[in-house]
Amino acid sequence: MVKNEPLLRADGVGKEFFGVTALSNVDFELLAGEIHALVGENGAGKSTLIKILTGAYRRDRGRVCLDGVAVDPADVKDAQALGIGTVYQEVNLLPNLTVAENLFLGREPKRFGLTDRREANRRSREILDQYGLDIDVAALLGTYSVAVRQIVAIARAVDISGKVLILDEPTASLDAAEVSRLFAILQSLKGRGLGVVFITHFFDQVYRIADRVTILRNGHKVATRPLAGLDRLELVSLMLGRELKAEEEQRAEPPDLATKPVVASFKGLSKRGRIAPFDLEMRAGEVVGVAGLLGAGRTESAELMFGIHQPDHGTIEVDGKPASFSSPRDAISRGFGFCPEDRKQDGIIDDLSVRENIILALQARRGWAKPLSRKEQEAIADRYIAALDIRTSDREKPIKFLSGGNQQKVILARWLATDPRLLILDEPTRGIDVGAHAEIIRLIGELRERGMSLLVISSELEEIVAYATRVRVLADRRHVGELPAGEITADAIMRAIAASENHGAGEAAGQAAAGTRESVA
Amino acid sequence: MTSSRLFSLATTFLIFILAYALCIAQFPNMLSTRVIGNLLTDNAFLGIAAVGMTFVILSGGIDLSIGSVIAFTGVFLAVAMGDWGVPPLLAIVLLLAITTVFGAVMGAMIHYLAMPPFIVTLAGMFFARGIAFLISIDSVPIKAGLYDTLHGLYFRMPGGGRLTFIGMAMLAVFLAGILIAHFTSFGRNVYAIGGNRQSAELMGVPIARTTVMIYALSSFLAGLAGIAFSLYTSAGYSLAAVGVELDAIAAVVIGGTLLTGGSGYVAGTLLGILIMGLIQTYIVFDGTLSSWWTKIVIGLLLFAFIALQRGLVWLSARRSGASAAIPA
Amino acid sequence: MTGPGLSTFRRILPQLVALVVILALNTAIAPGFLDIAYANGRLYGSLIDILNRGAPVALLAIGMTLVIATRGIDLSVGAVMAIAGAVAAALITSDHSLAVTVLATLGVGILCGLWNGALVAFLGIQPIIATLILMVAGRGIAQLVTEGVILTFNDPGLIFIGSGSLASVPFPVILWVFLGIVVSLLFRSTALGLLVEAIGINRRASSLAGIGTSALLLAVYAASGLCAAVAGIVAAADIRGADANNAGLWLELDAILAVVVGGNSLMGGRFSIAGSLIGAMIIQSVNTGILLAGFPPEFNLVIKAAIIVVILVVQSPASHTLFAYFKHRPGRAPDAAPATPPARETGKEAAR
Repeated sequence: MVKNEPLLRADGVGKEFFGVTALSNVDFELLAGEIHALVGENGAGKSTLIKILTGAYRRDRGRVCLDGVAVDPADVKDAQALGIGTVYQEVNLLPNLTVAENLFLGREPKRFGLTDRREANRRSREILDQYGLDIDVAALLGTYSVAVRQIVAIARAVDISGKVLILDEPTASLDAAEVSRLFAILQSLKGRGLGVVFITHFFDQVYRIADRVTILRNGHKVATRPLAGLDRLELVSLMLGRELKAEEEQRAEPPDLATKPVVASFKGLSKRGRIAPFDLEMRAGEVVGVAGLLGAGRTESAELMFGIHQPDHGTIEVDGKPASFSSPRDAISRGFGFCPEDRKQDGIIDDLSVRENIILALQARRGWAKPLSRKEQEAIADRYIAALDIRTSDREKPIKFLSGGNQQKVILARWLATDPRLLILDEPTRGIDVGAHAEIIRLIGELRERGMSLLVISSELEEIVAYATRVRVLADRRHVGELPAGEITADAIMRAIAASENHGAGEAAGQAAAGTRESVA
Repeated sequence: MTSSRLFSLATTFLIFILAYALCIAQFPNMLSTRVIGNLLTDNAFLGIAAVGMTFVILSGGIDLSIGSVIAFTGVFLAVAMGDWGVPPLLAIVLLLAITTVFGAVMGAMIHYLAMPPFIVTLAGMFFARGIAFLISIDSVPIKAGLYDTLHGLYFRMPGGGRLTFIGMAMLAVFLAGILIAHFTSFGRNVYAIGGNRQSAELMGVPIARTTVMIYALSSFLAGLAGIAFSLYTSAGYSLAAVGVELDAIAAVVIGGTLLTGGSGYVAGTLLGILIMGLIQTYIVFDGTLSSWWTKIVIGLLLFAFIALQRGLVWLSARRSGASAAIPA
Repeated sequence: MTGPGLSTFRRILPQLVALVVILALNTAIAPGFLDIAYANGRLYGSLIDILNRGAPVALLAIGMTLVIATRGIDLSVGAVMAIAGAVAAALITSDHSLAVTVLATLGVGILCGLWNGALVAFLGIQPIIATLILMVAGRGIAQLVTEGVILTFNDPGLIFIGSGSLASVPFPVILWVFLGIVVSLLFRSTALGLLVEAIGINRRASSLAGIGTSALLLAVYAASGLCAAVAGIVAAADIRGADANNAGLWLELDAILAVVVGGNSLMGGRFSIAGSLIGAMIIQSVNTGILLAGFPPEFNLVIKAAIIVVILVVQSPASHTLFAYFKHRPGRAPDAAPATPPARETGKEAAR
C-alpha cells in the first residue's frame, strides 16, 4: 500500500520567532497512502511544523516538496489549492451555519447568480455518503456532536484539497465509538491514496492507526520510526527525552510524612467530562509531583482544588475543617496559591508593572480598602526580585517586556508574597530558558524545606524526579497510581504512564468525556 | 430545519400574533387594512434602515451612524433639488453613491485599523450629521415632481387601507435583504464572520472585502431610508431621525438576531419593526397612555430578548460541558 | 515631585499641551478670550464659561473613565441624567427637602448603575449591549416620572446647584473638580485603581489572582450611575426644569470622547481621571473656539469626528506595529531589542 516516492517532503525546515527557535532543521516525509503520526509534548514544535506545511506560517529555512515539486504556500487558501487540507482541533468550522453551508463556504454552487441551496444540499449528502454519514445537511452544524463536526471538517478538507490531510488532535474529545468511526474513515482515505498526518497524545491510537511516527522535542526531530516493532516504553522515552541535567540530579529527601500536619485533603473530587473522582491529601513539607501525558486530567484536577471550577461531587477539608470554594478567591483566603500553565492568558497582567504584578494577589486578599503603601509594595517587589533573581532593568517595567522565565518568576513571587501553605504549580518550567529552569527547581526544594506543601504538574520527568517526594500518575482523566518516595525514577514514571495508556485508554477517556457530548441531533 | 435560531424567530412571531390579538380584543378597529397600511408607511424608513443594521449585527458589528445618514440624505436631497437645481433622479443616484462610499470608508477603518465598530461609526455619526448641518440648519421643504408622482403611487387594499409607495419599497427591501442574506455568497460570508471570525478566515472567507461591503450596504440602505423619510415628511431637516439607530438595533434584536452575531433572520427584523409599530399604534388607539410607554416597553422587550439569548447560549455551553466559571 | 506624581503628569502632558494650544488659538481668534471679569459676586469670562458649560460632560467622564478602564462602556449615562433630573424635579416639586431630593436622586443613579453592572458582571452580557437597554428605556422612565411635561421648579437650593456660585466660582465647576478629586483619591489612595486596571487588562488572570471581579464591576458601574445622577441634577438645575427628552441627549458619546481624548484606551487598563477631565475641557474649548471663530456651531460635529479618527489611527494596533517597526528596525541599536515582547510571543507559539 505504501509507495516509495514521498507525497510530501520537508527538508531542513526551520522557524524562529523574535530570535527564539521554534523549529530547527526538521525533516519530514509523508507517503501517499500512509497515516503518519506526529507526536511530542507541548512546545515540541508540532504546531509550528504543521502551520508551515499548511501555509499559516512562512518558514525561515528549508524546502517543502509536494509530489516532488517545491512549494511555498503563501497562506492557508494557497495550501488548500495545492492539495494540503487541515482539520484543527478547536477551530472547527462554523456551528452557526448548516452542514451544507460549511461544506461549501467560499465555493457555493450557483444558479442564476444566486447560491443554489438544493444543489449544495444534494452534493453535501453525496459527499457525506462516502463517509457513511446520513444526517440532515440543512440543519445547523452546531446541533451535531463533535464527532460529526469532525467528520464534516474532514470531508470539507478532502473535498477541497484531496492529497494531504493534516489532523490536529482530532480525537481529543471523542469517545471510544466515535474514535473507531473516525479511524475507519482514515483507513478508507488511506485506501484512496491520501497521505494523512495525525497529531495525537493518545498512544494506543498511534499504534492502532498509524504506519509511522515522527517524534519532535524542543523544536528538533528526534526520530521517525515505523510503528511495527517500536516498543511503547521506547516511544515514551523518545518523547519525553532522557538527558539529565547536572543541577537537577539531587533528589528530594523523603520527609517523614507521619510527623507533618495535613494542610488540605480532597476526597472524591470529580467533574463530569473533566476528571474522574480522586482523593488527595496534601501535607506540609512535601512536593507531590503530577505526571501524565497532555490531556490526562492534570490541570483539570488542579482547577477543582483551587476553586476555578466547582466539582460535581467530593469534599474539601482545610486544616481538618470542611471548606468549599466557589471561586479562586475562597481558595486564596485559605492560603492556597496557583501558578497557571498558560502564563499569558491566565497569569500575567501584561500592561502592569513587575511591582504591581507581584503584589496583586496579596493586595486582592487584603481587600481594596487596605492598600499596601508604595513603600511596602516596593519592599516586597525588591525582595522577590532579589530572592528569585528576576532579571528586569526596573521594577516599574511592564511585565510584558520580560522574558518568559522572568515572567514565570514574577508569578511565583506573586504567590510567595501571600505566604501560601499550599502552592499549585502547573508546568512551572515550560517555555523558559535553562538558567531560570534550574533556579525554579531549586526554589521548589527550598519552599518544601520551609514547610510549604506543593503540588507540581510537569511533563518533564527528570524534573519531577528531582523535586517530588511522591508522584501522582494520571491517565485518561483519572488518577491511576502513585509512586512513593523511594520509587521515583523517570523509568518508573514512564512505565506507570505507558501501562495505563496501554489498556483501554480510549474507553476510559470516552467514559470520562461522554457526558460532555450528547448529540442534540 | 430544526434549530434553536428558529426558536427566537418563532418567539418573535408568537409575540407579534399575541400582541396583535390582544390589541384587537380591546380595539376591534385595529383589525383593518387601514391600520396595517399605516403601520407599513409610518415605519418604512426605519424598516429599510433596519435591514442594513441586520447585516451589520449578523456580522458581529454595530452601526451608530444610520440616523445621521438619514438626516444627511434629507437635507442633501432638499438642497440639491431646490437650491442647486440638480434633477431629482440624478440627485438620488449621487446621494446613494455618497452614502455607499461613506459606509465603505467606515468598514475599511474598522477592518484595517482593527478598531471597535461602535467607535468608528460614532465618528461617522458625528460626521454625517455635521455635514448635514453645514448644508443647511433649516427644515427645507422638498418640491419635486418626482415626489408628487411617488406620493400618488399607492395600492388601495380592500377595506380602504393604502399600501403606499414607501411601504411597498420597505417590503421590497426586506425581500432583497432576505435574498442577499440567504442566497448569495456575501450573505454566507456575513454569517460566517459573525459566527467565528477566525474560523471564517481559515475557511477562506475574504474578511476585509466582506467587512467593507457590510458597512457600505448599511449606509446605502440608510441612504434609501433617508429617501423614504424625505418622501414621508416632504422635507429635509438636519435634526431629523435622531436615535433611529437605537430603534433599528432594537428591531433587529427583538426580531431574534443574536447581538453577538452569526445568527438571525432578516425576516425577523420585519417582525421586530411590526411589533414596535404595533406598540405605538396601540398607544394611539388607547388615547390615555402616553408615548413614553413605547420606549419602556421596547426596553423591556430588549432586555427579555437579550436575557433569552444569554440563556440559550448558556444552555448550549452547559450541554457541551464547556461552561467556565471564569469568563475569558 | 514624587515619582508617581511625576509619571501622572507625564501621562497627561499631551492632553495639557493640546488644551493649551487650543486655548492659544482661541485667544488668537478672539483677543479678549482670556479676560476674566468679576461682577455680582462671581467670575465671568470665556474661560469660566468653558469650565461651567463643560461640567456635565466632565462629571460623566469621571464615571465613564472607570467603566472604560474595566474594558467596558456605559451608553446609558445620558438617559440616567434624564431620569435623575426628572426624579429631582418631581421630589422637589412635591415639597421634599433639598437633602432628601438630592440623596434620593443620587440613590436612583446608583440603582441604575447597579442594574447595568449586574447585567455585565453576573449575566455576562457585553457592556455595550447591557447598557443599551437602559439607554433605550431610560428616557421613557424619565418621562414616566415627569408625566410627559417639562417639570419646572423654583427651589432656590436646587437651582443653586446648577447656576449658583461659591467663592465667586460657579457651583457646577466646584462640583466636578471636587468629585474628580474625591474619586481620584478614592481609587488611587486605596487599591481600587490597581484592581480595576487589572480587571480591564486581563479579567481571567485577575480572577485567578483572587480579585473579586464581579463586585468590582458592580461598583464601577454604580459609580458611573452616581456621576450621571450628579450631572443630571446639574443639567436640570441649570434650566430650572427636567426635560426628559433632551436632558443629557448624546452626552454619553461626548463623555466617551472625553475619556478617549484624555488618553485612556478603549481596550481598558491604565486610566487617568485627570486626563479625562482635561479631555472634557478640550472638547468644550473646541466648541467655544468654533463659536468665536464665527463658524456655525454645527461645525462641532465634524471636528469631533475628525478628533475620533485621529485618535483611532494613533491607538490602532496597525499603527503601533508600524511604530514599533520604525523604532526597532533591524540593524538598529541592540538595546532596543528587549523592548519587543519576544518571550511572550514565543512562549505562546512554543506552547501550542
